[in-house]
Amino acid sequence: MIFFELFYVFFLIGLFTFGGGYGMIAMVSEQVVTRGWISDTVLSDFVAVSQSTPGPFAINIATFVGSQTAGVFGAICATLGVIMPSFIIILIVAAIMNKFLHNRYVKGALIGVRPVIVGLIFATAMSFLFKLVFQASSTGNLYVPTATYRKSLTIFIMLLGIYIGYRKVKKKSPNPVALLGISALLGLIVFWIL
Amino acid sequence: MSKSNKSHRLINLFLTFLKIGILTFGGGYAMIPIIEKEVVEKQKWIDQSEMFDILSISQSTPGPVSVNTATFVGYRLAGFWGSFFATLGLVTPSFFIILLISFFYQTFLSWEIVSATFLGIRAGVVILLIDATIRLKKMMKLTPLTIAMFLITFLTISASFFFNLDLSIGSFKISLSIILIIVGIIIGLVATSLTKGEQKQ
Repeated sequence: MIFFELFYVFFLIGLFTFGGGYGMIAMVSEQVVTRGWISDTVLSDFVAVSQSTPGPFAINIATFVGSQTAGVFGAICATLGVIMPSFIIILIVAAIMNKFLHNRYVKGALIGVRPVIVGLIFATAMSFLFKLVFQASSTGNLYVPTATYRKSLTIFIMLLGIYIGYRKVKKKSPNPVALLGISALLGLIVFWIL
Repeated sequence: MSKSNKSHRLINLFLTFLKIGILTFGGGYAMIPIIEKEVVEKQKWIDQSEMFDILSISQSTPGPVSVNTATFVGYRLAGFWGSFFATLGLVTPSFFIILLISFFYQTFLSWEIVSATFLGIRAGVVILLIDATIRLKKMMKLTPLTIAMFLITFLTISASFFFNLDLSIGSFKISLSIILIIVGIIIGLVATSLTKGEQKQ
């Protein structure tokens, strides 16, 4: 049943999300895109939509996928699923707070998980970059350039230049919403010029 | 605590986290300063040092940081129902906004101006993810082991994206990311117990 499947898939995703939401994109792709609930392009678009709307990414993506797949009740099931592991785990941990925080095994597990999360995020970045330029051809596992690959690549190189320049000058990360604003503007300009 | 006092507190928790849910753009980490301001400075529910502990735990347990923090703060203030109403407040704004977007998403994308905008935004998302990688890499202890784990994860997940790997047994889908996360936890635990052994010698 679709409602139970939505709950179960997002419960699993919630259980294995650590820190910010970006690490979970790879999981959403594995579990949700392969089920045909949403496409990879929609997932990538939704990362931007979620950055520009209030609320945590995990909740936003769960609500969105649930709603696209099975309407309002689907959205409720997916959102409940993604929250449930946090809720249960925190209720348990809150009771044993101090022991938990100073436990060296907890610290050790976190040190082990971190490189995996960074690897997941970087792989997601590269696959999204790849999909700006290439798409699967209808003949199988081969890739062909997308219709808009020249425009996408131009925008990406311009943005990369801006990003590197900003980091060199300001020595910090750019504001995500401002970065997406500039990206949107470049999209409009390049779309009508190239 | 009297009964009316308690329900008053629950309503207050709900409203405070509702406000936090409306105000935070850009996900979990952007939420932390706002939660601190509301809970510690304005409402004075929790002091700074306890808040620091709560935030450390929220970042080290599974699930989104903001949901973990809301659940935790709610629990400290009013037990189970405190958790319930704080989390409900946090989630409610996102839920309705995204529901609305989801209904109109297809229509929006068919407009040329929107598809042009998204052409740019898709490239922007890649930059955001590269930036997140750089930021998180700073928090990672760089040892040959962690670098190897990073590379293995990166290569495995990239390959599964590239070849569109669909690993499933019946309706059960095997998630490579989850397997890698579990491997990371196990390696972390084993490394911890090994260092303990060395100290004893």
